Amino acid sequence: MSAGPVLLELRDLHAHLSTRWGVVRAVDGVSLTVREGETLGLVGESGCGKTMTALSILRLLPQPAGRIVAGQILLEGEDLVPKSERQMRRIRGRRISMILQDPQTSLNPVFSVGNQLVEALRVHRAGPRRRLRALAQEALRQVRVAAPAQRLRDFPHQMSGGMKQRVVGAIAVSGPPRVLIADEPTTALDVTIQLQYLTLLEEIQERTRLAMLFITHDFGIVARICDRVAVMYAGRIVESGPTRELFAAPRHPYTQALMAAVPRMDESVERLPAIDGQPPALQRLPPGCRFAPRCRHADDRCQREYPAVFAVGREHEAACWRAESSPSR
Amino acid sequence: MARVDTRLPLDVGPETTTAAAPAGGRGALGRLPWPSFLIIVGMLLVALGAPLLAPHSATEQSLPDKLQPPAWQDGGSTRHLLGTDLLGRDVLSRLIYGARVSLTVAAAALLAGGGIGLAVGIVSGYAGGRLDSLLMRVVDATLTFPTILIALLLAVSLGQGLRTMVIAITLILWARFARVVRGEVLTVKGRDFVALARVHGCSHVRIMAMHILPNVTNTFMVLLSLHIGFVILVEASLSFLGAGIPPPTPSWGQMVADGRGQIASAWWLSFLPGVAILLVVLAFNLFGDWLRDWLDPRLRQQL
Repeated sequence: MSAGPVLLELRDLHAHLSTRWGVVRAVDGVSLTVREGETLGLVGESGCGKTMTALSILRLLPQPAGRIVAGQILLEGEDLVPKSERQMRRIRGRRISMILQDPQTSLNPVFSVGNQLVEALRVHRAGPRRRLRALAQEALRQVRVAAPAQRLRDFPHQMSGGMKQRVVGAIAVSGPPRVLIADEPTTALDVTIQLQYLTLLEEIQERTRLAMLFITHDFGIVARICDRVAVMYAGRIVESGPTRELFAAPRHPYTQALMAAVPRMDESVERLPAIDGQPPALQRLPPGCRFAPRCRHADDRCQREYPAVFAVGREHEAACWRAESSPSR
Repeated sequence: MARVDTRLPLDVGPETTTAAAPAGGRGALGRLPWPSFLIIVGMLLVALGAPLLAPHSATEQSLPDKLQPPAWQDGGSTRHLLGTDLLGRDVLSRLIYGARVSLTVAAAALLAGGGIGLAVGIVSGYAGGRLDSLLMRVVDATLTFPTILIALLLAVSLGQGLRTMVIAITLILWARFARVVRGEVLTVKGRDFVALARVHGCSHVRIMAMHILPNVTNTFMVLLSLHIGFVILVEASLSFLGAGIPPPTPSWGQMVADGRGQIASAWWLSFLPGVAILLVVLAFNLFGDWLRDWLDPRLRQQL
């Protein structure tokens, strides 16, 4: 998909959570860009800061523990970090929206679907109820819910998971937003419905040209939907690049290890390779590369000094000292 | 990754078959708990139409007619269907006017206590943190006071009367409501739709009003209906102890207390108001059970 101007840019974003056990550096210097009509995949294992990055963008870090300590969040060039809560409320839903993982609890069980769509529409625009009702019906049709007029009267418990998630999608894009953050939206769906849902998201993106930040840990989904990928480890992005290139030639040892752990359909293996050890605790990070304790190639310098980011290809970057020495293609 | 044709026709498949329209209100009405419903409606009508329905004055004494048994017993007359008390007052008329007192106290105390409890519970549960701890400690403290003791203290300091009674019961009631509502709010708050409401730009006040409140209304209504019985019992106990509605205004608890001395010779004096209390409390409790199921959209269809 052709990419337009940059809609969302994070510049060296740091977000900390103060907990009983110390300050957790959940997001520790993340920089990324998402362009109009582009999908950026944010991958990494559980607890590496993916969701915290998303919540930081919306300025919805858990309160009072979470705080953005440094960096910029540029939405169409406008920094969100200094914005007041009141200003953010006008941005959320209208310019940035989000879909969460679990469709079962994403809808309010006591209201009909139509009611909730109308409510969502009403937050950002005025109009007579009948008109909003028609808009809600149109929104349902756009997410390919059959018989939308009847479905508006349904309660969430009368719908399947896949259909609920589509309604959540309809609410999310009702703004209509310029940036959509999807936090593992297909994890709770079975595989056929996953595919339908991804196709639907692509359709919506084609129509509205929104920028999508897609958080997942499923490489299959990344390959299916993402134009570019950013791999996150322990609060930092260790490698980013165009999906095809990053999949073909991962440069960071962590990415390489992750790729090696993905089962393949054309090979049969006894055991999948795993990465030894555990990710570091985010309140006691090592001074050097965070992956160094688990990295097969780590040397003294990796232990001491956090690696700089090196360009290893067109738009392809890796934060690894080995990327410096090895010539880029 | 294997590429298959991903352009699946999205609007086919079992999940999109139109569900049969829910059976509407008829099914739910069919399962209305008729006996308790009739008792409740009956009591409301009796309380509203007391001056029309009561055959005699509830307070006027007539010593020559004292201690007449109910009409169906030896010595009873149809002039006093349920007999008369020690001062010759008609028991039926006193029961009818007593319903007014019970219902007024119940309505006022539940409105005040339930309302305060609901508000405190929602704010406490939603805000969390220090405010929550503080409010819940106040609730704990309130709940540790014995109900009767608070009421007795207030009756002594403020003087007996309907107002004192309502204040006393409100003081006890709000904490019970706040505790339960807060618990409900905690479970509702953790669900994704609250997070998504934030993502969509809703303010905290709006979330509390639009998302939290409707999800605890169910619990709240059931609490209300269950506590109607509780309030009537407390009112009766207080009146029984002499800290309630001052005589000669009839109240059921007072009537039970007054008849206590004559329980061996004139059973109807305590027994009949006791039966009235029992029926009404039972009716409201059963009604509360039904209400809980009816208010739940997931259960409504099955009713």
